[in-house]
Amino acid sequence: MAENRSHSVFRPLMRYVKPHIGLLAVSLLFAVISVAATLYAPILVGDAVDLIVTKGDVDFLGVRDVLIKLGIVVGITALSQWLMTLCTNKVTYYAVRDIRNDAFANLQRLPLSYIDGSKQGDMISRLVSDIENISDGLLMGFAQLFTGIVTIFGTLGFMLSINVRITLVVVMITPLSLFVARFISRNTFKLFRRQTEARGELTALVEEMVGSAKTVRAFSYEKKAEERFEKDNQTLRSVWVRAVFFSSLTNPCTRFINGLVYAFVGIIGAFTAIGGAFTVGQLSCFLTYANQYTKPFNEISGVITELQSALAAAARVLDIIDEPCERPDPEGAVVLKAVDGSMSAENVYFSYVPQVPLIEDFNISVRAGQHIAIVGPTGCGKTTFINLLMRFYDVTGGQIKVSGVPVNSCTRSSLRSSFGMVLQDTWLKTGTIRENIAYGKPDATDDEIMAAARSAHCHSFIKRLPEGYDTVITEDGGSLSQGQKQLLCIARIMLSLPPMLILDEATSSIDTRTEILIQRAFTKMMQGRTSFIIAHRLSTVRDADCIIVMRSGHIIEQGTHTELMEKGGFYSQLYNSQYES
Amino acid sequence: MIKLFRYLKNYKLQSVLGPLFKLTEACFELIVPLVMAKIIDVGIKNEDSGYVLKMGGVLVLLGVLGLAASLTAQFFAARASLGFGTELRRDLFRHINTFSHKEIDEVGSSTLVTRMTVDINQAQTGINMLLRLFLRSPFIVIGAVIMAFTVSARLTLIFLIASPLLAAMIFLVMKLTVPLFKRIQQRLDKTTLMVGENLSGVRVIRAFSRQKDEELRFRDNADELLDMQIKAGRISALTNPCTYVIVYTAIILIIWFGGVNIDAGGLTQGELIALISYMNQILLALLAVALLVTSLTRAQASSQRINEVFAMQPSMTDEGNTEVTPDPDAPAVAFENVSFSYHDNDEYALKDITFTAARGETVGIIGGTGCGKSTLVSLIPRFYECSRGTVRAAGVPVEKYPFEQLRGMIGFVPQKAELFRGTVRENLRFRKQDADDAELTEALDIAQALGFVKEKPEGLDYPLSGGGKNLSGGQRQRLTIARALVGRPEILILDDSASALDLATDAALRKAIAAKTDGMTVFIVSQRVSSIRYADKILVLDDGELAGTGTHEQLLECCGLYREICHSQQYSDKRGEGQRNG
Repeated sequence: MAENRSHSVFRPLMRYVKPHIGLLAVSLLFAVISVAATLYAPILVGDAVDLIVTKGDVDFLGVRDVLIKLGIVVGITALSQWLMTLCTNKVTYYAVRDIRNDAFANLQRLPLSYIDGSKQGDMISRLVSDIENISDGLLMGFAQLFTGIVTIFGTLGFMLSINVRITLVVVMITPLSLFVARFISRNTFKLFRRQTEARGELTALVEEMVGSAKTVRAFSYEKKAEERFEKDNQTLRSVWVRAVFFSSLTNPCTRFINGLVYAFVGIIGAFTAIGGAFTVGQLSCFLTYANQYTKPFNEISGVITELQSALAAAARVLDIIDEPCERPDPEGAVVLKAVDGSMSAENVYFSYVPQVPLIEDFNISVRAGQHIAIVGPTGCGKTTFINLLMRFYDVTGGQIKVSGVPVNSCTRSSLRSSFGMVLQDTWLKTGTIRENIAYGKPDATDDEIMAAARSAHCHSFIKRLPEGYDTVITEDGGSLSQGQKQLLCIARIMLSLPPMLILDEATSSIDTRTEILIQRAFTKMMQGRTSFIIAHRLSTVRDADCIIVMRSGHIIEQGTHTELMEKGGFYSQLYNSQYES
Repeated sequence: MIKLFRYLKNYKLQSVLGPLFKLTEACFELIVPLVMAKIIDVGIKNEDSGYVLKMGGVLVLLGVLGLAASLTAQFFAARASLGFGTELRRDLFRHINTFSHKEIDEVGSSTLVTRMTVDINQAQTGINMLLRLFLRSPFIVIGAVIMAFTVSARLTLIFLIASPLLAAMIFLVMKLTVPLFKRIQQRLDKTTLMVGENLSGVRVIRAFSRQKDEELRFRDNADELLDMQIKAGRISALTNPCTYVIVYTAIILIIWFGGVNIDAGGLTQGELIALISYMNQILLALLAVALLVTSLTRAQASSQRINEVFAMQPSMTDEGNTEVTPDPDAPAVAFENVSFSYHDNDEYALKDITFTAARGETVGIIGGTGCGKSTLVSLIPRFYECSRGTVRAAGVPVEKYPFEQLRGMIGFVPQKAELFRGTVRENLRFRKQDADDAELTEALDIAQALGFVKEKPEGLDYPLSGGGKNLSGGQRQRLTIARALVGRPEILILDDSASALDLATDAALRKAIAAKTDGMTVFIVSQRVSSIRYADKILVLDDGELAGTGTHEQLLECCGLYREICHSQQYSDKRGEGQRNG
């Protein structure tokens, strides 16, 4: 199963490496050269040592020649090592950048249902840490693995050329280290999983207790929080100590086996030398090889673990890239122009999950300039309505028409730009206030921006900020009050003035005095513009041309205020409760 | 990082023994070439098989001893580094808990969470590496130099030149790359920010069809990141080749001058090989260092961030405050000429506020966005320290109370409905940890939350996911109100806590609070006149100043601003008519 997954990940991953395949080949070539040169150096050292036998028996001329050769070989090694790293770096960083860009680009095209259904933190970690993992583990790991394998075969070849018997000894003992590493990692795996769980617990606690620090203060919960924290902290420690200790056994154990290899090569080499089939220089060179041969084995076990986790990371990233995106606009899709503001829904059916039908056979016909109110208790699914109007989700049956054109046959961007939307979540991006207001119209002039700000009544507070319109809004508008953020969102709409409006509780956190000013601006703006208003204040929707009443996701009533009041249904109940105190 | 070493103080023994055993292991490893030299010089030369076997046995023994030593070292290193991490984590958590709202506003809680988790883990890994691996390399280098000295004092000169040269080279590479790595980290942070922003703002971005521009912005950042990675990579790629060149130059010199020495009879062939092995051991040790440098750099940066948090001191504490005796006849809350500035400057969020709230009174607070309503009520539980004037609770200035006593008197419902992982029961018991189910049910009933809690099959045991995400906004808000009511606080503060409720629920809630909270002083912050019009006393705030105090009727008569607010809400009630008339 896991094997299959790795294969299916490898191929798509290759398409990011492909553009740099030449560079990769060069890098592998340099790897072979550098390994060969690295292995040749000990032979030269051995040769030199053999020319220096004992007092009075030193061939200086020969030594000089060998050393010059050694110098050249060392130079080649260093140079090819450097070039190899540069090439691998380049391939890696470019491939990773492309993966990241592709993942992000697809994020922009994914259907809303996918984004709504996934956890934000998880998506972020896929695009950031998982991709870093690919870069560290997969590509660098690949380079390391490749050099390792070349080194193993290279040393093997060199050793065989010197002495077959001793080589066999080395070859037989060394894989022991692999087994030991395997054994350890298999046994630590469980410990690591428990450690990850314990760490997750503690992180969740910290996120709550520090993330909601103000609530913790309000209830003097600090001591209790510390008790809970200390308990989890101690649990984590005891699990973690074991995991760290057992996993750190690998290195000493493999080193011990290397030591054994070294000892056996020494003993058998010495016996062979006594027998005269072996020079001292050859023995010295063999000893170096034995070390070099075993080294990649130590690394390989580490590299393989890293490769595995990198492959898992890659699979998670590729999931995003390969996730089918929103159905593209159909060939010859209509670009909505000069929208008159009429809208109709005919036999519309919709559900998020097939098992739970939400909107069934919904019909409405809205003439240009009419105001539609959507009301209902909290969580009744009013946002579903926006989702369908803006085509964040597609209807499952029937059709919605804007300006007489079925929304499914026009381009999404032209449809969406015919609506001005103010959502309950005031979203502002990191950037200056100017950029935020001009978000819907990036080429707006300063005058236009300020005019929009004035009509949304935020010009005065913006002026009071230290940098005025160039004030940078930090993460999620942190430094602004909720009301101010909402005002900015309104200014953003004021600037582009689309023919239709969607107002989602847009005024819920703005005080009534400001609200009335906004309302005035809205009233002006709404004149001649079809508007869909979602609000708790029934008074503001009383004059709507049509009221849609929703409850637990369903549209249950529909009509004008008078009609609904006469009907004496849910709406009239809702409306009357307002005047009880 | 050095500043954080104090967290090793309970693990002094382990942190000394760890490296010490590492040193022992290094020593054993360093003896190996000497033994090999003996095998060559004595065993092979004299063709003494017995000697070779004996020395071979010594080699195996050295290996076993090395293994034992290094296992012990790992054990101590794990104990010490985890002890370090655990204590550091606990202390930082405690330290953060002393922060007042002011510090939390300044740093932001998400930053604190990162420092508590990611940064501490990095520092802990760094310490473990340091104890376990990093110290090994200098030991080997120094040890190799010393061993070389025992073999040949004159040739050691080459070691003495090569070693500092290697150290300088590694230091230089680090110095050049560390700032680059920092900038790479910043770019990665920006990537995180962009992805997060694009996910939370997906509807707005698509509404404005700005996907392409977001993509371009992301690409720009990715290109910058790439640029820096390549640049940093170019420099750090030099480490290994340079090390290699220096070590082999030294080996060439050793062979040449070694040859000269042997020719003169001052050195044996075996000893020459030993010297070369020592040089090779230095090479291997240093290559390991290069691998560790990155993770140590990260640990260093994390430690800095942790220390920043430790360096922050809470702007106010309740240290030295002992339990006070409230005056039963004094008003529940009294403000005396209170002014408050968030940034200790002339920008006052509240200016010269004076009022009293008698026991059992309901006080409504109304005013425009940013006029200081929430600020005012957050001075009562002393979330912030007032800049001038005195806030009294039950006759005693709030700064005289221990936090626990003061906040224990108050039930606070913040604007943001924050709930925690755990059951409904656990969440409700925040104020009073031993509250029984009858008390909880009563609180739920007043908060209009009993209905939906009862509907859940688990009832009070209904598990909430993080932040109460499995409830609707209105349900969350009602639970936070119930949470504040448990244990019947003397003072209840509702900081615009009904914003997510529909009007019917809001009205029922107000009715229940009025009817069932006898003797409780209630503060209601709201922007709706309807929420506060029946309060015993209404405070009208205008840009931090008290524009009027009184009942609804009184204020209608004498407070222009209040009339305007009422008018505006009346106006909005009859918007359509106004439109038609106008």
